[in-house]
Amino acid sequence: MADLIEIRHVTHAYATPKGPLPVLDDLSLSVPEGSFCAVVGPSGCGKSTLTRLIAGLMKPDRGEVWLHGERVKSPRATVGMAFQNPVLLEWRTILQNVVLPLEIVPTKLTQAQKEARARELLELVGLEGFEDKRPSELSGGMRQRASLCRAIVHRPEVLILDEPFGALDAFTREDLWQTMHALRAEEPFTSVLITHDLRESIFLADEVVVLSGRPATAQFRLPVPDTGPRTLDDLYTPQAAAMLNTLRHQIEIAQGRTPAAGTRKTLPDPAPTESATPEILP
Amino acid sequence: MIWRKVAVPLAAVLIFLALWEILVQANGWPDYKMASPSDLPPAFWKYRWLFLEYGWQTLWRTVAGLAIAVVFGLALGMVMGFSRTLRDALYPLLVGFNAVPKATVVPIIALLFVGQHDFNTVLMAFMISFFPIAVSVSIGLSTLEPEYRDILRALGASRLAIFRKIALPKTLPEFFGALKVSVTLAFIGTNLMEIVSPHGRGLGALFDSGKTSADYPLMFAVLIALAALGILLFYVVVWLERIFAGWAERPAS
Ligand SMILES: Nc1ncnc2c1ncn2[C@@H]1O[C@H](COP(=O)(O)OP(=O)(O)O)[C@@H](O)[C@H]1O
Ligand SMILES: [Mg+2]
Repeated sequence: MADLIEIRHVTHAYATPKGPLPVLDDLSLSVPEGSFCAVVGPSGCGKSTLTRLIAGLMKPDRGEVWLHGERVKSPRATVGMAFQNPVLLEWRTILQNVVLPLEIVPTKLTQAQKEARARELLELVGLEGFEDKRPSELSGGMRQRASLCRAIVHRPEVLILDEPFGALDAFTREDLWQTMHALRAEEPFTSVLITHDLRESIFLADEVVVLSGRPATAQFRLPVPDTGPRTLDDLYTPQAAAMLNTLRHQIEIAQGRTPAAGTRKTLPDPAPTESATPEILP
Repeated sequence: MIWRKVAVPLAAVLIFLALWEILVQANGWPDYKMASPSDLPPAFWKYRWLFLEYGWQTLWRTVAGLAIAVVFGLALGMVMGFSRTLRDALYPLLVGFNAVPKATVVPIIALLFVGQHDFNTVLMAFMISFFPIAVSVSIGLSTLEPEYRDILRALGASRLAIFRKIALPKTLPEFFGALKVSVTLAFIGTNLMEIVSPHGRGLGALFDSGKTSADYPLMFAVLIALAALGILLFYVVVWLERIFAGWAERPAS
C-alpha cells in the first residue's frame, strides 16, 4: 500500500513577541492508505500544529507535506476535520450542519442527494430522528457524532481528528470509539487521530506515534497488531497492558521525566508478535 | 399565549394612564402645568392631519437614517472585525466621535446644510445610531473562534463563503441587539434636528410649536405619538430578529 499521508522533515516555529517558538523539529511521519494513525504526546508539544499542517491550513517553515502524491500548499476538499469542540452551527439543524461541507466542495450532487448522504451517515452513528433538531438540543456525545458525520460527509481521503473525544465522559467516549470503528468499516478514509488517551490510541489505531516534547519530533512508533474486529475487552488483555505500559513509558520520556523504577518491570513482555514489537525510530 | 403577549402589556399601559390621570386630577393641576390623558384625544383630534403628516415625516427620516447606519455600521464593523490594524486605527476615532454630545452637532449640521431639512435630519439620525452596530459587528467578527473558520477553511472555502456561511449568521444576534439600541438612538437624532432647526417639520417641530404657544396638551400628545412610533419601530426590529436570528433564543423551559 502506498503512503497516503507523507510528512517529510517538517520543522516549524511560531513567531511570538518573545521571538520564535520552535514547535516541530524535523518531524517525519507517513500513514498508508486506509490506515489509522494515532498521535500522542505531551500537551503543548505541537500536535494540533501538525494537524493544521496536514490540512494545509499552515505552511511549515521547512519540510514538506504530501497527500496522495501531491504536495500540500493550501487547504483542499479531500480533507475532513473534527476537533475537541464540535463547532456545530447553532442556526442550522443537525442535518444542515452535516450537509455544510457539500455546500463548499465541488460536487454534482443535487440538494436531495446531499441530504440523503447526510441522513445515511447520521443513521450510521445512531442519530436518526435527530436530523431536524438544533445542536443545543443534543448532548455532548451526540454533537460530537454529528461533527464526525460532517467531517466525512464529502468522502474525504484524509480524516483529521484533533482530540475529538477529549471533552467527553468515559462511557460516552467508549461509545464513540465503537462508532468510529463502525464508520471505518463503511467509509474508506485514512485517518490521523490526535489524542491524550492511550487506551483510545491502541483501540482505534493501526499505529501509534509518540511525539517528543516541544519542539516535537516522532520519538517512537508502536504498531498495533491487527487481530480482527476489536472489542473493549481487548483493552484488558496482557498484550494491551504491555502496549499501554510501553506508551506510558515513552510519554514520560517525552515529558522529560525519568520513569519511576519498577513501573515497567512488573508487567509482561511488550508484544506477542514480531510485527507488534515497538521500535525506536532512527 | 397571545392573550399573555397582548393583554399583559396593554393592561400595564392602561394602569399607567389611569395613575397619570388620577395624579393630575387629585392635585387639580391645570393643563398649562401638566396635561392629563383625558386632554390628549382632543389634542390629537384638533391636529390630526398635522400628526399624520409630521408623524410620517419623522418615521421615514428615522428609518432612512437607520438604514444608512445599518449599511455603514455593518461595513465599518466588518472592516474592523477582519483587520486588526484597522481596528486599532479606527477605534479611538470612533469612540471620540461617539463621545461628542450630539446636541452640539445639531446646530453645526443645520448651519452646514442650510435649508436641507430632510437631509440634515436623516444625517443626524444616521450619525447618532451607527456606533452600536459597528462596534457589535466588529466584536462579533473578531471574537469568532478560529475553529469555526477552520471547518470551512480546511475545505478550501473562499473568504466570502466563510463570511456568508459562518461569520455573518454567527454575528446576527449581536447585530440585532445593537439594532434595538440604534432604533431608539436614531429616533433621538431625528427629533433633535426637528426641534432645533428653525422652520423644521416632523413631530419634533410640532412639539416645538406646542412649546412656543404653551399648548401643553399638544406637547404631551406629541410625546405619546413619539413613544408609539418608537414602540412600533422597536417591535419591527424584534420581529426581524425573530425571523433572522430566532435560533439564538433559548427555548423557554
Ligand atoms: N498561532 C500560534 N502562535 C503562537 N504560538 C502558538 C500558536 N499556536 C500554538 N502555539 C503554541 O505552540 C505550541 C504547540 O501548540 P499545539 O500544536 O496547539 O500543541 P498541542 O496540540 O500538542 O497541545 C504551544 O506551546 C502553543 O502555545
Ligand atoms: Mg491541541
